[in-house]
Amino acid sequence: MAILRGWMPIVICLVAALLAQLYLKPFLITTMGWDFAAKLLVDVGVNIILAVSLTMVNGFTGQFSIGHAAFMAVGGYVAAAIMYYGSYRLVGNADLAGGELSSMIVGRGAPLATKFDLLFLVALLAGGLSAAVCGYLVGLPSLRLRGDYLAIVTLGFGEIVRVLIQSQTSDVLYDPEEIDRVPWYSLATKLGGSLGFSGLPFYTSMFWVFAFMFATLLVAWRIKSSTYGRAMLSIREDEIAGEAMGVNTTQYKIRAFVLSAFFAGCAGGLFAHTVGVQLNAGELGFVKSFDIIIMVVLGGLGSISGAVIAAIILTILPEALRSVASYRMVVYAIALIVMMIVRPKGLLGVHEVWERSAWDWLLGKKKS
Amino acid sequence: MIALRTNQSVATPILEVRGVCKSFGGLKAVQDFTLVLNKGDLQGLIGPNGAGKTTCFNLLTGVYAADVGGVTLDGVLLRGMRPSRIAAQGMARTFQNIRLFGELSVLDNVKLACHVRVSHTMLGAVLRSAKHVAEERAIHERAMELLRLFELDDRAREVGRSLPYGDQRRLEIARALATSPKVLLLDEPAAGMNPQEKMELAKLIRRVRDEFDVTILLIEHDMGLVMDICEHITVLDYGVTIATGTPNEIQNNPRVIEAYLGGVE
Repeated sequence: MAILRGWMPIVICLVAALLAQLYLKPFLITTMGWDFAAKLLVDVGVNIILAVSLTMVNGFTGQFSIGHAAFMAVGGYVAAAIMYYGSYRLVGNADLAGGELSSMIVGRGAPLATKFDLLFLVALLAGGLSAAVCGYLVGLPSLRLRGDYLAIVTLGFGEIVRVLIQSQTSDVLYDPEEIDRVPWYSLATKLGGSLGFSGLPFYTSMFWVFAFMFATLLVAWRIKSSTYGRAMLSIREDEIAGEAMGVNTTQYKIRAFVLSAFFAGCAGGLFAHTVGVQLNAGELGFVKSFDIIIMVVLGGLGSISGAVIAAIILTILPEALRSVASYRMVVYAIALIVMMIVRPKGLLGVHEVWERSAWDWLLGKKKS
Repeated sequence: MIALRTNQSVATPILEVRGVCKSFGGLKAVQDFTLVLNKGDLQGLIGPNGAGKTTCFNLLTGVYAADVGGVTLDGVLLRGMRPSRIAAQGMARTFQNIRLFGELSVLDNVKLACHVRVSHTMLGAVLRSAKHVAEERAIHERAMELLRLFELDDRAREVGRSLPYGDQRRLEIARALATSPKVLLLDEPAAGMNPQEKMELAKLIRRVRDEFDVTILLIEHDMGLVMDICEHITVLDYGVTIATGTPNEIQNNPRVIEAYLGGVE
């Protein structure tokens, strides 16, 4: 029973991601002709991963990290390097746009995973793991810091990552023979520098985005609803009391940081291989970090479903406002200010949308 | 879960504090503090405002590190341990200025404190392992049992900070008990309570001591309560222990009277 309870949702999520790839995507693109909606759905998925992963740090443990895009950049570049140079080494080119998985299943009903899909999975996980290592390294010295100080450290980390990638890496190699000749470790420095990493294959299909999104949601929710989630929340509520109740607050801050960085790294890998994206560290700076923070804060610090709702709205809204593009930031700013006045703790606070307390909270019912 | 106190173990020391000193800059907050709690004791720690009582609690629970001296809990020397480790060793406390997890539900406040006795890993929690499911269920039942004992079970779903003051104080005790402590430190549990609530609290503290097999040290300003329930009392003044003894001895001790009344004789 327990095994069923544990693994069933994971299987269901994978099937759902696959169904989205098999039926939703062709439905949107072929039947409805909404190419744009399909692309937007992928963006929404990536942003949900980012917002929910940041919720683990900013929401659960109440630490204020404002360098989330840097983990995304680390994961994105690692995944991109593995994918781009990996496919060159394997087949001599990186031109596998759309990803084997999608074309195979949709096109010919051929085997599920080919070695390129496997390579993509490895690349995403490697991106996530390297981001997690960075998360650990940043988290470790930052744990003595609180509030504004921690924010400054994470901000500094974000800038360091951006500057390092932009200034310390050289142009991307395009010549298959040269790529084969150069030792693999020196490929790690050929990431395009300030020009960005161009020529990446567009591997990010709806399946991969949804699979990672569901994984992030599942992990976040299961942590939040377990004793480990309560341990993390205690840090946010009252660190001294948490410690007095036997919660090793340092350890749980690090765990939250590492997990959050891992999923941000995976999201970075997905983002890097999305259609229409040119991976550039310059775009993964402070502004991007702030976009993610706004999602988390608007949704409600600590609320997973709140972060999801905010991520959906804040991904679609800018597109909807494109026609009045010059006023977009104004609307954005006004929305934020109104939110701060009316609902300083975000849309849902710490609650989830399916909990009764969330509705009491939303409707402003006072409890005696 | 609820064990009755056995009579044989009454005289074994469970908490030994030997010559603990703590200074903040030039201020000697606590000097040569010595205290022995035997298993099942219910002792009081009193003294005028600023006498160093809460500092003592902070030294015992590892919030501050002692300059000199040592604390031994059930045979384990607590030197250099962080507060969470000390809590895991079996020392739980409440706070003078209530420190509940205000945004969390009453139930979650208690469940959170059960974390320290959990043995499954975080991976187990993510994969919903059999052990995780069993332990979560046990935590839930234990938390509800505690809330029932403290008559807070009908408010289990409310958020901590919405409780009335007296309930918040009782919730703090319930939360501390959820860590399955050997020694329970209560920092002014009756502060802000009315006489009726204080009477009930006294009953509750005795009951907790008997049913949970814990040893209790309590700081309290309400002399009626202290003299009523404590078997042994230590009096602090300016960080110095000026008297120890039974309630009767303390009430008649001239140094104690001087400390409280400022030498009016």
